Amino acid sequence: MEYFLLIIGAMFTNNFVLSQFLGCCPFLGVSKKTDTALGMGLAVTFVMGVASIITWCVQKVLVLLGVEYLQTIAFILVIAALVQLIEMVLKKYMPSLYSALGVYLPLITTNCAVLGVAILNIDTYGVAGGLSLLQSFLNGVFSGVGFLIAILLLAGVREKMDQDSIPKPFRGFPITLIAASILSMAFVAFGGLISSSGAISLLFN
Amino acid sequence: MKRNSKLQIISNGIFAQNPTFRLVLGMCPTLAITTSAFNGLGMGIAATLVLICSNALVSLLRKVIPDKVRIPAYVLIIATLVTLLEMVLKKFVPTLYSALGIYLPLIVVNCIILARAEAFASSNKVGDSILDGLGMGLGFTLALTLIGFIRELLGNGTIFAGTLGSLSFGLSLGAASNYSLKFFVLPAGGFMTLGLLMAAVNAITDHRAKKKQAKAEQSAKHIDDAKAELDTATENKTTTENGANVSAAANEGGAN
Repeated sequence: MEYFLLIIGAMFTNNFVLSQFLGCCPFLGVSKKTDTALGMGLAVTFVMGVASIITWCVQKVLVLLGVEYLQTIAFILVIAALVQLIEMVLKKYMPSLYSALGVYLPLITTNCAVLGVAILNIDTYGVAGGLSLLQSFLNGVFSGVGFLIAILLLAGVREKMDQDSIPKPFRGFPITLIAASILSMAFVAFGGLISSSGAISLLFN
Repeated sequence: MKRNSKLQIISNGIFAQNPTFRLVLGMCPTLAITTSAFNGLGMGIAATLVLICSNALVSLLRKVIPDKVRIPAYVLIIATLVTLLEMVLKKFVPTLYSALGIYLPLIVVNCIILARAEAFASSNKVGDSILDGLGMGLGFTLALTLIGFIRELLGNGTIFAGTLGSLSFGLSLGAASNYSLKFFVLPAGGFMTLGLLMAAVNAITDHRAKKKQAKAEQSAKHIDDAKAELDTATENKTTTENGANVSAAANEGGAN
């Protein structure tokens, strides 16, 4: 039950893009077509899952050494190295997945959703020591799935909008932002499902 | 002339290439932090400081950093600066530190900073790079404060409310805050406000471009008119000259 709430919370209630504004750049930039949006979403989900595990371990080392203030630097380096590593491994062993993810893999280094989930796993849920390793991993993966859902929905809307006659000043980003706003309103409704703090506090009761 | 080009670097960041409205970079903090003008301003200033310092450092080191590892090197420079900033804010402005929350360490992955390091500082002199950082930062700060102002006014009915140390300031519109629209403080309101503002900026730029074009066309027309007039004038002149010749000839004939 705990894990179920964590998963639902990560995917819908605390949706990374639509309620926490993490990963907005790719959300707005790579959502023109559904297939590219799918590629980006999958790549982000994958990296977020792996990064959650690694950064959790790195944090333990930082605490051990008493240098928690290096968190930001350590995490960004680990994520950059991780993305590079994943790229190489995929290229060697899973070329089909590698070519499907294409240019989106390197772009993920500067996606704040990945660094965001790593920091949130440790800091923001208000629990001493943060989430456990398994919880961190689940939170990472399903936050990624939440990102995937949001970007796919927006890409679907944008493909339809291409055929409409939109007033000139609204073309491009403005109308996309307004579509995202309406999507986000829909996601506010999920807040009633479980309160965002409730989901987390239940975990530790 | 030289002074002009320096000013142009700064104004380029504020207007022509405003990072929020024109380049559409750094959307995460833009949308997340701007629930109040004070937070927007704070985020803007924090990002500006990092931007200026990172531009300066990247520009200083541009000949030392090998091309292949330049992106990791830039990220490392930026991450160090952000960590320093985090420590300073935590110590001196704890209210802003907690308001910015997770978005403070996330300045590291703010695309504006990396984009300026790559696009400007890595190929320009230190002075110009600092000015570019200042201009871009000011443009970002202005945009964030504007969005924050609108969302705070409509969502909470206050103007520039915030606390700095023990000092709290800001205006509360008593009656208006009873009728505030919570929508604008929610994420959905953030997307909506930015979308509408961006459309407004587009409309204004289009209008000005059209006006400029019309003016250019008009002046071109003036030139054409003037040319045509000149042509007719010369033609007339030739005709009158011819006429004069004719009449002169006639006179001559008459005289004969």
